[in-house]
Amino acid sequence: MNASAVISVDRLTKAFVGKVVVNALSLEVQPGEIFGFLGPNGSGKTTFIRMLCGLLRPDSGSGRCLGFDISSESAQIRPRIGYMAQRFSLYEDLSVRENLQFMGRLYGVADRQNRVAATLNRLRLTPYAEQLAGTLSGGWKQRLALACCLLHEPRLLLLDEPTAGVDPQARLEFWADLYDLSTQGVTTLVSTHYMDEAERCHRLAYLSAGYLLASGTAAEMVQSTGLSSWAASGSDLSQLAAELHTLPGVEQVVPLGSTLHVSGRDGQLLAQSLSPFRNGPHHWEEHSPTLEEVFIFLMRQSGGR
Amino acid sequence: MAKFEWFSLHRFFAMVSKEFVQMRRDRLTFAMMVGIPIIQLVLFGFAINSDPRHLPTALRLADDGPFVRAIIAAMRSSEYFDIVGATQDEAETQQLVDHGRVQFVLNIPSDFERQLLRGERPALLLEADAADPAAVGPAANAFRILAAAAVDRELRGGLSPLASGVSPFEIRVQQRFNPEAVTRYNIVPGLMGVVLTMTMVIVTALAVTRERERGTMENLLATPVRPLEVMLGKLVPYVLVGYVQMFFILLVAALLFRIPLVGSPVLLLLASLPFIAANLGVGLTFSTLARNQLQAMQMSFFFFLPSMILSGFMFPFRGMPYWAQRIGEILPLTHYLRIVRGILLKGNTLCDILPHLWPILVFLMVALGLGLLRYRRTLD
Repeated sequence: MNASAVISVDRLTKAFVGKVVVNALSLEVQPGEIFGFLGPNGSGKTTFIRMLCGLLRPDSGSGRCLGFDISSESAQIRPRIGYMAQRFSLYEDLSVRENLQFMGRLYGVADRQNRVAATLNRLRLTPYAEQLAGTLSGGWKQRLALACCLLHEPRLLLLDEPTAGVDPQARLEFWADLYDLSTQGVTTLVSTHYMDEAERCHRLAYLSAGYLLASGTAAEMVQSTGLSSWAASGSDLSQLAAELHTLPGVEQVVPLGSTLHVSGRDGQLLAQSLSPFRNGPHHWEEHSPTLEEVFIFLMRQSGGR
Repeated sequence: MAKFEWFSLHRFFAMVSKEFVQMRRDRLTFAMMVGIPIIQLVLFGFAINSDPRHLPTALRLADDGPFVRAIIAAMRSSEYFDIVGATQDEAETQQLVDHGRVQFVLNIPSDFERQLLRGERPALLLEADAADPAAVGPAANAFRILAAAAVDRELRGGLSPLASGVSPFEIRVQQRFNPEAVTRYNIVPGLMGVVLTMTMVIVTALAVTRERERGTMENLLATPVRPLEVMLGKLVPYVLVGYVQMFFILLVAALLFRIPLVGSPVLLLLASLPFIAANLGVGLTFSTLARNQLQAMQMSFFFFLPSMILSGFMFPFRGMPYWAQRIGEILPLTHYLRIVRGILLKGNTLCDILPHLWPILVFLMVALGLGLLRYRRTLD
């Protein structure tokens, strides 16, 4: 295990009533990294994050978070991390400022009034300071949750789908904040379903049914699957898709936007199978597979839903 | 980095002030805390009667002849009186009644027999603790009949002329603490305990369950705050609410129901703290067991109903069957009712109420201990 890693877990396992949710998961996250966590619903992302901050006890395996053992030293970990749960978990009947004040007190933040004011400013929440948290829109709620995570200047952020249900503009701003923090040396582990967000992460991990299927940079992940991919555009793509499915070398046909992505691991066989179609009415282009294709491929391979 | 602490006043006060703000914003719960005392006062200001038996009775006999023995034998064979002891001492008698150990003291004056035989119509005195008038009335009436019958039976042969006409002796019943047997004197102070039980248990049971239901518990668990800080932080604001309710009930009791406040109000306020805390402890324990607010509410009623029925609030404690009394002795409300009635109606002092205070303290320790044990630091 690397001593300088912010998170380092070894064969971490957790089961609920006999069902294994996280299966012998090992990974490391380096300081200052934005580490993306991807995978379908129920793949164990939330459970893993909860184990990191001591909300759940692992059944077996070990892990260290900021140098502290996650099973025995969670009391030391808690003051040093910022955790943002999947569900909005602040007090809807407290105002934005009151929520921040409360968190500031719990963490024993020094010079609280000023820290709260500065955090409000930094996340552009000042105009909403006196509004009840329950009346904020989705994007502002998430921003408030992030503000509460940042108040005590943690070294590590654990964000569980922080941008679910948030509009694109707000997501963009949220990520700008994360980059900002990253340059200041704050490490972030973030789970997401959005491909554009996945591409923004420094490194990624893909989970399915509790197994870590792949990890690395976006490029490494694309490479590791060894997929070749062609994109077809034009009309009647669904009929084309039906024809392509059964061809040798075609392992996956996915409509993405107005194009049809056809991919397989044997590039030569794929090109051969597709060649009769390339003279057809559709426009064809070979391209490097998108992250989304890679994830769908990984998911289907693992037999996931 | 700040050193890790087991209890931090900072975090504790964070919880307290947060609870207060939330309390202020939650209008419905706030209305409940104010509304329940009012509704209960109005509804229960009027009494419920019953016919309690086996009332502990002490004897203070200055004379011990065949007539007296006949009366006592008749008392023993009736179901109303359980003779628990005899005493000669005035102060001891006083104490027995003050502490609520006996309901009645039968006083037979010296020369009772002789005066009776002479036809001088001597008087015997039945002292009754009438703080709970429902417990006294039927038994006192029964006593008049059975004592007269017992003496009549003894007046045979040459004494039979004494049996005719007016009764050869007089029975005086002295109702102590509540001489006019006004039931609301008993009900209204008791209401204080009932209202506190009801609101304190429900409100705290909801307070923690709400955190879990709204998902805020997950956030709280991920912060450095410790279980004791969360629990005390949630208790203290409601202790204050409890005191406001008490003050309100006392005010209504004095002004509207004109109940004499004999004892020290300060003592009452002090003695109420463990009781309030015990109920809050129960609420907290429920909240660690309940999955949602509805369950918390249901559990509160499971606690509230036996409290109300078995504590001596609804029915005179001594009128209940033995097993029900045993259960009643566990409940804090039972002991608190004795304290409140003792202080308000009898003018009890700290020494007088101590025997009723420690069972509440024991209950408090158990409830808080269970709550802390059950409070989960994790989501497992």
